[in-house]
Amino acid sequence: MIGRAVKHRDSALWIAAMVHRISGLALAIFLPLHFLTLGLAIEGEARLESFLRWSDQPVVKAAEIGLVFLFTVHLLGGLRILLIENFDWRDDQKQLATLAAALSAIIAFAFLVRVF
Amino acid sequence: MNVRLYLWQRTTAAVMAPLVIVHIAVIFYATRHGVSAADILARTRGSIAWAAFYGLFVFAVSIHASIGLRNILSEWTPLPERRVDACVVFFGLVLALLGLRAVAAVVLP
Amino acid sequence: MNTELSVSLWRGAQNGRYETYRVPQRPSQTVLDVVTYVQRHIDPTLSYRFACRVGVCGSCAMTVNGKPRWTCRTHVAKVAGGGKLQIGPLANLPVIKDLATDMQPFFEKWRQARGVFAPTKTRHDAIAQIKPDTPVRKTADAAIECINCGVCYAACDTVRWNAEYLGPAALTRAWTLVNDERDGGNIARLQAIAGAGGCHACHSHQSCQELCPQALNPTAAIAGLKRRTAAAYLKGEITV
Repeated sequence: MIGRAVKHRDSALWIAAMVHRISGLALAIFLPLHFLTLGLAIEGEARLESFLRWSDQPVVKAAEIGLVFLFTVHLLGGLRILLIENFDWRDDQKQLATLAAALSAIIAFAFLVRVF
Repeated sequence: MNVRLYLWQRTTAAVMAPLVIVHIAVIFYATRHGVSAADILARTRGSIAWAAFYGLFVFAVSIHASIGLRNILSEWTPLPERRVDACVVFFGLVLALLGLRAVAAVVLP
Repeated sequence: MNTELSVSLWRGAQNGRYETYRVPQRPSQTVLDVVTYVQRHIDPTLSYRFACRVGVCGSCAMTVNGKPRWTCRTHVAKVAGGGKLQIGPLANLPVIKDLATDMQPFFEKWRQARGVFAPTKTRHDAIAQIKPDTPVRKTADAAIECINCGVCYAACDTVRWNAEYLGPAALTRAWTLVNDERDGGNIARLQAIAGAGGCHACHSHQSCQELCPQALNPTAAIAGLKRRTAAAYLKGEITV
């Protein structure tokens, strides 16, 4: 196959689309685990509590911060698509995409401050 | 992707946008003093509102995530279309079942 | 200014390789000038396409340093960082030889998207009076200047990943016809672009819109098609 570096993928909007897809994939993998965890409550409050104490470890908290970022960035990326597909074209999409990434990082950082 | 899957995908996305915002707000509220099972369950046990909220969320995400995964599998893997459809339907059902179980776990008294 | 460029050109068909040539750099040189120089002065077996040389025909589109562009409208000074150029055939199309691709699949998808006017009058009817400033005519006109150069098709990752995807150009043409008051083929057209490989496969990466040399906006056109097909489906006018 022809090996060609494809440079147009440095566009902010292409990156936004890719972040949206990867974050969705990561959330889809996470979600069954999330549901199984909450399902521990079936076995009683103590069981859920012991899991939550296990999740106090810094490495788990770090993963949770990552999840908050992915969750927020996926929502904002999705709003990008809904806006393009249902409203008038905007010329400032690149700036909005960058803003969305920044906002997600801020929210994830706020969560970091919260839990550490 | 076709027009029918597109409509399901975008509609569940639009339905979930406000649910996601509420969920993020709940996460921040719940972690104000560190999160505990007692704290979570005190809010959710016996609550029809939370049952409806999370029930709707589970239904919507099971459809939305399955269709999203379908796109990824058909574009990024060599799997044939039938196999892709089978995988994502299975995934969607698993997600819905686990999700409803989780909702029941935290809502039923 | 460097006196010489180091130019890698794709030679062979699908399984070929890049070969390097040294080409004198000149003021106001375009990438097409560079390719032409190689063919005329170094290797007459090099195959490539061009016609007008002045940016109106779209024949000379190639991949230049990773981006699909019109080579006659790409100044070497703007793209050859450090005196280096890599030039290959357009992506997502079968390579005939060297820098020339087979455009057949591109036009085949144009047909599949029903990018063909479906008349509702005959020569015996009065000429249709179409005002140029109605919203639908403005929408059609904004998308109509496509000259089928293939740059958008080569830039599109969804075309690359999804063999059935009709692609930005074919769908943009369908959009112009959907907005043409004289056209009578819209149900069939919307049906044709509502299935697998249709407009819903677009993920709005917007590489097409960024790179179109005619400043067209296939992303917006496809977004419009998504709305029209959704409405038609909900009304039962098309099925999937």
